[in-house]
Amino acid sequence: MKYVDEFRDGDAARRYAAAIARITTRPWTLMEICGGQTHSILRHGLDRLLPEGVALLHGPGCPVCVTSEEAVDRAIAIATEPGVVFCSFGDMLRVPGTNTSLLGAKSRGADVRMVYSPLDALDLARRHPDREIVFFAIGFETTAPATAMAVAQAERDGIRNFSLLVSHVLVPPAIAALLSAPDNRVQGFLAAGHVCTVMGYRDYQPLAARYQVPIVVTGFEPLDLLQGIYLCIRQLEEGRAEVQNQYSRSVRLDGNRAARELIALVFTVQPQHWRGLGEIAESGLGLAPRYRRFDALTRFAKIGLPPTSPNECIAGEILRGRKTPDACPAFGTRCTPERPLGATMVSSEGACAAYYRYRRRAAAEPTTPSISETCR
Amino acid sequence: MTEPSPDVPGFPFACPMPVEPGDAIQLAHGGGGLLTRKLIDGLFRPAFAARPEELTHDGAVVEIGGARLAFSTDSYVVRPLFFPGGDIGSLAVNGTVNDLAMCGATPLYLSAGLVLEEGFPIADLRRVVESMRRAAVKAGVRLITGDTKVVERGKGDGLYVATSGIGVVAPEVAVGPSRVRPGDKVLLSGDIGRHGIAIMSAREGLGFETAIESDCAPLGRSVAALLRLGADIHCLRDLTRGGLATALIEIAETAAVTIRLDEARVPISAPVRGAAEILGLDPLYIANEGRFVAFVPESAADGALAILRGEAAGAEATVIGTVESPSPAGALIAHTIGGERALGFLTGEQLPRIC
Repeated sequence: MKYVDEFRDGDAARRYAAAIARITTRPWTLMEICGGQTHSILRHGLDRLLPEGVALLHGPGCPVCVTSEEAVDRAIAIATEPGVVFCSFGDMLRVPGTNTSLLGAKSRGADVRMVYSPLDALDLARRHPDREIVFFAIGFETTAPATAMAVAQAERDGIRNFSLLVSHVLVPPAIAALLSAPDNRVQGFLAAGHVCTVMGYRDYQPLAARYQVPIVVTGFEPLDLLQGIYLCIRQLEEGRAEVQNQYSRSVRLDGNRAARELIALVFTVQPQHWRGLGEIAESGLGLAPRYRRFDALTRFAKIGLPPTSPNECIAGEILRGRKTPDACPAFGTRCTPERPLGATMVSSEGACAAYYRYRRRAAAEPTTPSISETCR
Repeated sequence: MTEPSPDVPGFPFACPMPVEPGDAIQLAHGGGGLLTRKLIDGLFRPAFAARPEELTHDGAVVEIGGARLAFSTDSYVVRPLFFPGGDIGSLAVNGTVNDLAMCGATPLYLSAGLVLEEGFPIADLRRVVESMRRAAVKAGVRLITGDTKVVERGKGDGLYVATSGIGVVAPEVAVGPSRVRPGDKVLLSGDIGRHGIAIMSAREGLGFETAIESDCAPLGRSVAALLRLGADIHCLRDLTRGGLATALIEIAETAAVTIRLDEARVPISAPVRGAAEILGLDPLYIANEGRFVAFVPESAADGALAILRGEAAGAEATVIGTVESPSPAGALIAHTIGGERALGFLTGEQLPRIC
């Protein structure tokens, strides 16, 4: 398949790995931002191709993982309100809040629906004027344009039974927060290709300059990632700290102008609480004053939230790149995709889920007894 | 918590499944993954299975008066009722026909139970019934008994169909995971992933440029052709819920072997690959309704492959893996660029990614 097969070629990948080994003279620690990149690295075993001493830390770029527990609790509380149809991306449904998940709420009678796009939720609102449709707007700059489009269309069409629980987050402030931490180990970044497809990469240039780190905008296929790693290490070896664009078949310096303009119109930048990372200034998007009437926070201002309880999940350490999932004592035992302690074990982009899926020893799996006279 | 059963003589039933207060059935309990397994192993088998091998699978073979009969039952709750390449009627016939075929049986007779919701259009029912009739003719089976129930509006989802079927198993046929041996080749009967993608795109109105049709089809004839090889057919399995990977892991675990999968040889059509890439789904776990794997010794692999390729929709049949001695690395192993990876059960249904 075009744009896929040629970027998964094993021989080319090994040639790239050899090229990385040739230019690497000392240990380097890089972080891939996006959870999609983390999964690709583990699925294809790319980390095993790298020279000893080159470490990949898995970044906070999983939209589900960084959505705060409070936001999930609020989502569940709103979903259980009478008359509400609560719409969410599928990935978000299994994420545990304090007591349960959206799927748990659904099994107890809440009308929770999986949608592919906020526009599908808006469509539900058009078709069911007697119901209150709420969309859980999460994700990075990649999903924000579609949310913005839904809000703009809802305003244009005068739709009143539609609101959004907005928990959108922005990548550059998170990178700055990681780099400002006193115990930061990250020496170079692979920025997320899809985020930059929307936003471009101008915002990353001051970060590279200020913190003296190379940032390489990188795609998601094996060869993209290896090339991104190569470019990043080459900069480090040469003492440079620039923004480079590996994913040039998709990313332009200024990104997608129409999408950016829509984001700027519908949202304002605000402080945001990240699960595991805490509050980061100017790292979230909220609805601009003109669109506040679509804000589920105002529409459901009176709902109560459960008191939070301590959790042994170390997602914060993982999202900061301080620990890998297999270093968690609960990994694969008390915490599994079935009964997750944290979002990183749930999402298809979560680092713990990636380790569970691609790196877990299967020896502990129970086997069923052998059978004789049955068919399957 | 284990609840002792009320005193019923001869029925010592204690539920070993930890039932937490407030726990309820979730959709994933029907998804074919770990939760489904827990329900079967924790609740159904302790209640009904007299021997450990019973109730492990979609069909059973019993001996009655010297004849070996395969018996299977399945319920169909697909939404939408009509989808590219099939509908709930053809699915209900082919699904049970295929469960019987996977027992090594020649499917013969089916029953059908229809649960209709008040207000369901008769015209739609007519379409479904006609589709069932055609599917039965094509599969060479007869629908000989049935039942109809109507539930109040709002208490059903239009139409549910349950079918049961019986077939006869020839004396020399013995298929099952316990016959799988290291050295066996794994044959796949055609390309995978079409049914799941067709349903998802019809259900969610994804509107791909290329229409992807379900592979829904009866497998009885292909299996009958294969079974002419007799004892060399070690195991058969259709690739429904959970897809190819789940089927292979289940067989490998039951047979206590490791299957090495040659992922690059698994045929997947370009539209299915494209859709799966866009949605972030792994085609190895996507449901099929007209595909199966056969385990045969290496010496019989070429012959079996020639038979499969001669059958309808079998042009892409191919060898996709080899059975090995059990490895601590896992039940199902695939190669990757950087080494190998173990494939495991998915927790619930695959959900599309966010970005």
